[in-house]
Amino acid sequence: MPDGYLQIFIFLAIAIAFPTVTILAAKLIRPSAPSITKLEAYECGIKAASDSRGRYTVRFYIIAILFVIFDVETIFLFPFAVRYKTLGWFGVAEIVVFLAILIVGYVWAWKKGALEWV
Amino acid sequence: MDVILFLAFAAIAVVCAVNVVVQTHPISSALSLIGVMGSLAVLYLLLGAEFIAMAQVIVYAGAIMVLFVFVIMLLNAGAESRRGRSLTAQLLGIPGFFALLVLLSYTVLRLFPDAAHVKFGGFTGGSAKDVGKLLFTEYLLPFELTSVLILIAIVGAVVLARKELE
Amino acid sequence: MEFIVISLVKAAIVAAVLMTTLAYLQWVERKVIAHIQLRMGPSRVGPHGLLQPLADVIKLITKEDLIPPHVNKFFYLLAPFLAVTMALLSISVIPFGSEVELFGYKTWMQMTDLNVGVLFVLAVSSMGVYGIALAGWASNNKYALLGGLRSSAQMISYELPMSLAIAAPLLLANTLSLREIVQSQGDHLFAWSIFKLPAPQLISFVIFLIAGFAETNRVPFDLPEAENELVAGFHTEYSSMKFAAFFMAEYANMVTVSCMTSILFLGGWQPLFPVSLGSNFVAPALFALGGSLCLYHGLHPARRKDRYTLPVFAAIFFGIALALLAPPVARVVMPLFWFAAKAGFLLFCFIWVRGTLPRFRYDQLMGFAWKFLFPVAVLNLLVTSLLVAVF
Repeated sequence: MPDGYLQIFIFLAIAIAFPTVTILAAKLIRPSAPSITKLEAYECGIKAASDSRGRYTVRFYIIAILFVIFDVETIFLFPFAVRYKTLGWFGVAEIVVFLAILIVGYVWAWKKGALEWV
Repeated sequence: MDVILFLAFAAIAVVCAVNVVVQTHPISSALSLIGVMGSLAVLYLLLGAEFIAMAQVIVYAGAIMVLFVFVIMLLNAGAESRRGRSLTAQLLGIPGFFALLVLLSYTVLRLFPDAAHVKFGGFTGGSAKDVGKLLFTEYLLPFELTSVLILIAIVGAVVLARKELE
Repeated sequence: MEFIVISLVKAAIVAAVLMTTLAYLQWVERKVIAHIQLRMGPSRVGPHGLLQPLADVIKLITKEDLIPPHVNKFFYLLAPFLAVTMALLSISVIPFGSEVELFGYKTWMQMTDLNVGVLFVLAVSSMGVYGIALAGWASNNKYALLGGLRSSAQMISYELPMSLAIAAPLLLANTLSLREIVQSQGDHLFAWSIFKLPAPQLISFVIFLIAGFAETNRVPFDLPEAENELVAGFHTEYSSMKFAAFFMAEYANMVTVSCMTSILFLGGWQPLFPVSLGSNFVAPALFALGGSLCLYHGLHPARRKDRYTLPVFAAIFFGIALALLAPPVARVVMPLFWFAAKAGFLLFCFIWVRGTLPRFRYDQLMGFAWKFLFPVAVLNLLVTSLLVAVF
């Protein structure tokens, strides 16, 4: 393992232990008096007409898929950024070509209305 | 230490992978898959591939799986119902699984006969700098082609979504 | 062995300081918002309400914890864990100060420095989305589900401009290690990457900060918790400590964003102006000023007890100011002071904005991310790369 990751695992253990301990400690102290009204789904005081399992708008899906695509693009920018000075003008040409192709795609998606949220 | 971590996360990866198939509810399967991706990232890390490990978490666990979870939340896909399983599937499936396992292990062993020499800490060229060096000189064409591939993916995604939007 | 002890000590210190900061951040927020709105804010528990965080913790721990029968229990319980663990984890790579020598040990004021530190923070924050998405889904409540969906869609949308805004200063720093990013910036305002020639990163700074506000679901991007439409959003069905966990995650994310901003753009622990111009005297001067104010009000008391309490505080402040003047103390404390000052100012901005701006509408929010921030961030990246290449 490369240097420096052991501490991450140590801190991960702390970060997991902290909520576990506090939530378990709270369980020992707190009262428990559930009633039917308390346990209902919260709908501003009205009885829930149906449960929440319905279908929701497709826009969230479009956002998510565009995010996946552009996220792959941005991850490439990081190794590029750390090599930038050694690459010089060659690097500029590379990134301009890379981003230009993606900007074309972005503009096209915009024109097709994929970015509209109506 | 490396060996302990390797065994722990390899075990998590395998258990999660089995869980993906065994669970009936899609969201449980999706979360197990996130577990697989996460432990794979740790395995990459143990082998010295820092950048790949982080990219694995950001792209696979953080982006692609978000898409999966979103689809499950939007469609409210319920638990699959298990109807009577066909006997032929079991008769063919279980030997088929082992045959595939044997075949894969054989291929891996044939392709990499000196796998015993691979050890933790033996590879140090996994930082973002090293990846960048290779990516932007030796593998420049694949890198630029990736952007074309991403462009195609954008077009595909928008065309697919257009039907729903109209 | 020594390594493990040092790591454990550091982890314990960081965790303890972080928890205290989170608790008191909430007190600061209530106080500042109150003063913006011409109210007093918490003032009953302890002097100036200073014990309010403690009272809140006791209240939250002893509250009844309902688990409604309609939830998916496993994921309902998992969600707050995920949120809080991921929020706390990213603090482990933040460098708080330069190298120090304490009791003969040389060590950095940072838990660990990764070669890919920036990516680590991004990776961890991208996992934080699941806490919110799962909470919304598992609650099986319409408000919670809509809040969870909105919130996670918002977080992923703003993650793109955020990563692009991070990439631009990296072109100057040429490293992903947070420690080296700070070291690549100099010890005065115009050597921080926000104003550094040849490519001042003012635009990326603004984009990063806006995206940071959206990532942490703060005003004006607090759509998931838009009370008048979604009640409490994804945590509508959570109570007691599980509710507190989400709350804590939000504050921890705020701290992370502030720390990242000061590291990437504001020179981390580097001072505002060089030590040769006397930047080491800023902190003692501030404490001395505080001490003088206390002394003045102690000599002209508004209440009878002020005659005794305020001079004591004045003495404490003057003592701290004197201690800070000692070179060995200054070497350790000054980097911490500058880092804390920058992060603290940014945290104050979070609260200030909350007291000032109204909330976006959801379509405006998504449009802003995709049609404005994203193209501006891409252009900024291109311009930066050209500027760096030309000069």
